[in-house]
Amino acid sequence: MAHIFNMALNILIKKGEVNMAKAYNAGVKEYRETYWMPDYTPKDTDILACFKITPQDGVPREEIAAAVAAESSTGTWTTVWTDLLTDLDYYKGRAYAMEDVPGDDTCFYAFIAYPIDLFEEGSVVNVMTSLVGNVFGFKALRALRLEDVRFPIAYVMTCNGPPQGIQLERDILNKYGRPMLGCTIKPKLGLSAKNYGRACYEGLRGGLDFTKDDENVTSQPFMRWRARFDFVMEAILKAEQETGERKGHYLNVTAATSDEMMKRAEYAKEIGAPIIMHDYITGGWTANTQLAQWCQDNGMLLHIHRAMHAVIDRNPHHGIHFRVLTKILRLSGGDHLHSGTVVGKLEGDRGATLGWIDIMRDSFIKEDRSRGIFFDQDWGAMPGVLPVASGGIHVWHMPALVNIFGDDSVLQFGGGTLGHPWGNAAGAAANRVAVEACVEARNMGKELEKEGKDILTKAAKHSPELAIAMETWKEIKFEFDTVDKIDVAHK
Amino acid sequence: MQDYQSSLGNADSRKFETFSYLPEFNAEQTKQQIQYIVDKGWNPSIEHTEPEHATGSYWYMWKLPMFGETNVDAILKELEACHTAHPANHVRLLGLDNFAQCAGASMVIYRGKTV
Repeated sequence: MAHIFNMALNILIKKGEVNMAKAYNAGVKEYRETYWMPDYTPKDTDILACFKITPQDGVPREEIAAAVAAESSTGTWTTVWTDLLTDLDYYKGRAYAMEDVPGDDTCFYAFIAYPIDLFEEGSVVNVMTSLVGNVFGFKALRALRLEDVRFPIAYVMTCNGPPQGIQLERDILNKYGRPMLGCTIKPKLGLSAKNYGRACYEGLRGGLDFTKDDENVTSQPFMRWRARFDFVMEAILKAEQETGERKGHYLNVTAATSDEMMKRAEYAKEIGAPIIMHDYITGGWTANTQLAQWCQDNGMLLHIHRAMHAVIDRNPHHGIHFRVLTKILRLSGGDHLHSGTVVGKLEGDRGATLGWIDIMRDSFIKEDRSRGIFFDQDWGAMPGVLPVASGGIHVWHMPALVNIFGDDSVLQFGGGTLGHPWGNAAGAAANRVAVEACVEARNMGKELEKEGKDILTKAAKHSPELAIAMETWKEIKFEFDTVDKIDVAHK
Repeated sequence: MQDYQSSLGNADSRKFETFSYLPEFNAEQTKQQIQYIVDKGWNPSIEHTEPEHATGSYWYMWKLPMFGETNVDAILKELEACHTAHPANHVRLLGLDNFAQCAGASMVIYRGKTV
């Protein structure tokens, strides 16, 4: 009798009509048996990732894609008995699609879906520890790059996001209908606090909205943080009285410990500074998220620098694409983020840059492969981040910058302000006249990149500062090809 | 080398944000900026203030924002009317973007005497 019953049960199990506990079989199973699921339809709540995978020779695509799914979620190299204590089929990452990389046969795209329960709410730290953890050192891979991540709105809602957002920043600072202007104080290192404050004051009185600590400036022996904060605040207040406009300086609070970082942030607030600054990659995402939440609670704006990003995002085959680092920052929190300039001295493909600028600012971004965007991304009501264009730009770039970045941006001229033959105030005024002339012309329907020269030349008739700036920088160009381009067929 | 002319003691140093580093617009330039606000679908709104109180967030509204107004000449006429009623004040035109819940444009059209 028992024998007949067991036979019947076995038939039902084989048909899949009875859900039977699995037996434990020690050993190594091929990843694709568990983690390659081409029939899987991703859920709206799944976190989706697109990896560019360069496998070692002879490893099948399905196997390597499944391995990446496994190693970035539940899996390890061998079967373990504790797998059977949980519902692994629910928790596992699923490689659900593969595509050729246009123009590059050495690699392919793999798309992986992760159930939302794999991740702690509100923690980009936890998400990235999984997605770009051990898997990047996996021997079967020659190289691996995280190209894009779709954060479902269900996850976005658990994150704090930018402390104030673009619209509130405009209202706080009274800046409407134009890009804001900034300047990074140079030399990067070595100025005393009083001399440093002088450089800020001169830029602000000439018409800048912001000056900025260079990222290396924290609290060195030549200028301790507190002295810098005091002198810079005096500079801001005097420039505001003199011009009647609201001003700020990004006081860098990046520090060796988060306690020290918070101490500096508290002091910036105490003296009335409107905006502080953090380096979110070298400083770390835990510190950044903590600081961003504090900024929101304390009415402070937060400028974000991205030192070290090019180490991670520049190699087209390995690392993390900047569009992913952008999403991490928007979730972790920041009101400004450096985006590259397209036209200046630093790397940045135009299409890809436009893509991650949209990711910073818009509330919904459609999949658009021409901009390297692999997934729709819905930010819901999460505020946007202002892109900051900084690095080797000067007045001649202004028409292109206004055209590329639009009003919701900060255009930051360091050498292009401080290098003016008549000093910072004149350099600032030149940039301010140029940006206003470009905005006026754009509003009139002129094509800025075509008519830029005429627009600036006309504006310079009323501004000797602009005329001299145009004369000084007329020969400077940065025309190197970008290393990291959008993948397009070239054969 | 030229000195940068700006000081606390010189009232001409006082600015009023966007377009205040350019010469005052003539009627034709003003019209083109109004057209831009209209084309963007923003609601024109007129505000004015005594120049000594220009730095605050709130200026006096001239009537209500001109919701749905797309006639450039009608908007220009309201600016003139506000200026006539308050000849010593700064008069500014805003384009209110109700989707962003923020002004998309703001510019002083009539400049009072700065203090």
